[in-house]
Amino acid sequence: MANYYESADLARFAEVGTHNKALIDKFFEYYNMATGTDGALSKREKQLIGLAVAHTIQCPYCIDAYTTGCLESGADPAQMTEAIHVVGAVRGGASIVHGVQFLNVLERLGA
Amino acid sequence: MELPVIATTLPEAERYHFDEALGRHGLSLAPISIDTLQVNVGKLCNQACLHCHVDASPKRTEMMDRRTAEQVIAVLEAHPAVTTLDLTGGAPELNTNFDWLVVEARRLNKHVMVRHNLTVQFDGNPQTGESKEYLPEFFARHGVEVVSSLPYYTEYFTDKQRGRGVFNKSIEAIRRLNEVGYGNPETGLVLNLVYNPVGAFLPAAQEALEADFKRMLWNSSSLVFNKLYTIINMPIHRFKESLVRHGGYEEYMNKLVTAFNPGAADGVMCRSMISVDYDGRLSDCDFNQMLDIPVEEGTPRSIFEWDFDGLMARRIVFKDHCFGCTAGAGSSCGGTTA
Repeated sequence: MANYYESADLARFAEVGTHNKALIDKFFEYYNMATGTDGALSKREKQLIGLAVAHTIQCPYCIDAYTTGCLESGADPAQMTEAIHVVGAVRGGASIVHGVQFLNVLERLGA
Repeated sequence: MELPVIATTLPEAERYHFDEALGRHGLSLAPISIDTLQVNVGKLCNQACLHCHVDASPKRTEMMDRRTAEQVIAVLEAHPAVTTLDLTGGAPELNTNFDWLVVEARRLNKHVMVRHNLTVQFDGNPQTGESKEYLPEFFARHGVEVVSSLPYYTEYFTDKQRGRGVFNKSIEAIRRLNEVGYGNPETGLVLNLVYNPVGAFLPAAQEALEADFKRMLWNSSSLVFNKLYTIINMPIHRFKESLVRHGGYEEYMNKLVTAFNPGAADGVMCRSMISVDYDGRLSDCDFNQMLDIPVEEGTPRSIFEWDFDGLMARRIVFKDHCFGCTAGAGSSCGGTTA
């Protein structure tokens, strides 16, 4: 195995069901319902959320799939860029809000 | 239910064989009618777009002559069943016989559609400098249906595909069409826009994208149009070369083959039209024409040998690129087919 990640492996996703087809079939059914259809959120909104999450979990398969998914649901690069800035902001906020904890420690130490 | 974004690979033997795909689904796509004569009057264009299946550009010289144009009109006159003349190119307006074809076809009460790239209104003829600013008024006077490409409702995607400055020119051209009544349901003057993806992916759902285009073009520029047609980029010529250059041809073909939709196949446009090239040669569609694939052997292959019944009895010639018309919701010059 030359590399842990190969882009061609994305298309082999279904092979994960080789030793338990029922589980992967259930997963795909759920996955498609959750991400691939219009509902209370449009399919495009779901794809943009997927793209944003893909960046925050840093999954190259997901970034590949959801970039295409965003385009195929009518999104443009400006919308996709804003989506990843949302997760960037949330992640950054999650770090910075913990600054309250360091302030608490400072107070406890009388510093 | 199929995964929306994860394609599965197919064995090599099952790839790209359109006739076999039809057979697997029990489909036999025979001609239904010849209600449309789609005439490609030449390859000269003021633009040179990334996706163009014609490889049209300002340097091309192929052009339908008057004798062939007259034969097109003679065929239309002789066959009431052929109700529509669909003029394409290149930029069809750059053919010296374009205006004459429109006037004569309308005189015969045929429905006339023109594949109008919008920017030709401002660019004019790149070889002669002739102005084409009169086109909106000319189209309106003769009740021509205008079908125009606009890859997206913002500048980035449009200019990426069709060249720098095309978006702003296109917006101004639509404004001029609106000013003479196009896009207003009360005038009967029809302006339909065409979306095709800016890259190797399939279009979004036509209805949803049409709503987006209408809202965004109205909000940003107070522009109106009638319908949006979504079409799939055909993996031939310039677009295919681009895919091969970037190593994405196999992936794109797999996407099209995996997304084969029997419902879309049933409505393919080649079942109800004949394509005519600038020299009068006949093909099943504009894509076959560009690949030099004529109608079936044994069928009259020129507009000068036109035989309606013979053409209706032909077997349509399918090749691997036909998967571009049958993927997902399907694709045709009139948008989705499913």
